[in-house]
Amino acid sequence: MIVSVASGKGGTGKTSVAVNMALSIGNVQLLDCDVEEPNAHLFLNPEISQTQAVTVSVPLVNEKLCDHCGKCADFCQYHALFVGSDRVLVFPDLCHSCGGCALVCPKEAISEDQHKIGTLKLGSTDDLELVYGELEVGEPMAVPVIREVKRHIGKDKNVILDSPPGTSCPVIQTVKDSDFCILVTEPTPFGLHDLKIMIQVLESMRIPFGVVINRAGVGDNRVYEYCKEKGIPVLLEIPYERKIAELYSRGIPFSQKMPEWKAKFQALFKTIGKRVNK
Amino acid sequence: MKQLTILSGKGGTGKTTITASFATLARNAVVADCDVDAPDLHMLLHPRTVKTQEFRGSKLATINETKCTKCGLCREKCNFNAITENLQIDPISCEGCGVCSFVCPANAIMLAERVSGQAYISETKYGFMAHALLTPGESNSGKLVTLVRQNGKMLAEKEHADLVIIDGSPGIGCPVIASVTGVDAGLIVTEPTMSGIHDLERVLSLLGHFDVRPFVCINMHDINDENTKRIVDFCGENGIEVVGKIPFNPIVTEAMVNEKPIVEYASESKVTKKITEMWERTVSALKCGS
Repeated sequence: MIVSVASGKGGTGKTSVAVNMALSIGNVQLLDCDVEEPNAHLFLNPEISQTQAVTVSVPLVNEKLCDHCGKCADFCQYHALFVGSDRVLVFPDLCHSCGGCALVCPKEAISEDQHKIGTLKLGSTDDLELVYGELEVGEPMAVPVIREVKRHIGKDKNVILDSPPGTSCPVIQTVKDSDFCILVTEPTPFGLHDLKIMIQVLESMRIPFGVVINRAGVGDNRVYEYCKEKGIPVLLEIPYERKIAELYSRGIPFSQKMPEWKAKFQALFKTIGKRVNK
Repeated sequence: MKQLTILSGKGGTGKTTITASFATLARNAVVADCDVDAPDLHMLLHPRTVKTQEFRGSKLATINETKCTKCGLCREKCNFNAITENLQIDPISCEGCGVCSFVCPANAIMLAERVSGQAYISETKYGFMAHALLTPGESNSGKLVTLVRQNGKMLAEKEHADLVIIDGSPGIGCPVIASVTGVDAGLIVTEPTMSGIHDLERVLSLLGHFDVRPFVCINMHDINDENTKRIVDFCGENGIEVVGKIPFNPIVTEAMVNEKPIVEYASESKVTKKITEMWERTVSALKCGS
């Protein structure tokens, strides 16, 4: 089963939920898909067994064959090529690796070059396999790194995907093909507003979902009222407690110091399993 | 005219709370909400929209079923797996590159522009505001951020404002890059947690990469004094100015629930005092009159 953890608004507790749930169940693989700011490893201190570069294909122009006709630049929707009178400039940061420029070139002057945009890390702790990616600073495109992280999804594993915040392409890439999505929110107007946007995304992708309310006790009741009105299941509430916040600040998963939470996260995972297999 | 971007790396550290406060404290500024896929600033500033623009940031392939011969060449050549087994376009995966249209021997595929969001120009009681909403699930948020920034700049020029305050999104990817390139300074709002510190370091390198002057604000500094000291020391060693340390106070959430900027909702609180001091330090470092 593949369960993604997303939120819309940042800082609601996605990584906390993903890590604590992963530590509470067995046979688990945690994939941190927030490749812009990966944090799961900070709570797990995994032993890294493998590090590899994530690259994307970008055009390489053979100036000896090129006659500067400009067809490649005309074709490119992303303005990743500029053809001057005597040379071609390639902007790898803008390239989406569609391969179109090589297809349209009448002189077959374009081949593929590899451009590094991130690093993939594979590691483990006692009973948990962790995969995460790190986008190179200054590189704009997170999606290919997320794709690479997800390529390592193991068969017959309990897979948890920790999503980046927001509701645009990196989030879509993360939650795509998951069997269920946990939406972590907080009972504040910002939490509710961004939750609603994320629900639209999941409904259009036909991914079943449920809500986890973090920092319960702060804010107001509108998130609860909204979920009740729409028939959205509230799967778990994590109260605002100084101890939880303090453990978080030190990079300690709170279920390790507050063992009663282990059972709650196991129950959460079990509930999701039942909903998926229904 | 100066431009200041509020950013954080990690989400939920308080960017929007700080932006709304700065908008309230500024006498002559325009605000631009560049968190286009989860914008929240409008809930505190209550803008009245005066102009709406459609945002067409990308294209989408469409197959003419009557022309299509089902040869499958498009599916074979698509690098985004955006054409399904029964030769339909998956709009979520399609990046509008045009390869399918180029290779189609039956000339059955066209690229059409798609509306990926709306951009707004609005008035608030604190001044003009540029903002937007990306259609949920759409890509190209970087281009929409660029449009919002252009609108913000245009408003500032028109109004003779001396500052554009830009609310950024979390992360370090395309929308964040679009919100920091060419600005005068970036104010990074962080928190004294392991995640906050990790993400702060990555955002600082991002600002370094684009040659943008960094300022740091440690929000909720008293939730972990040891980590706060680590951040202060780290900034000190690297010549980075810590312009503010804001204490934790539930009144900040209370202000949000009441949909008001904290400096207005609780004008006498210590949080307001600290944010006001940070504002004064920031504008004086930026040398703008706002």
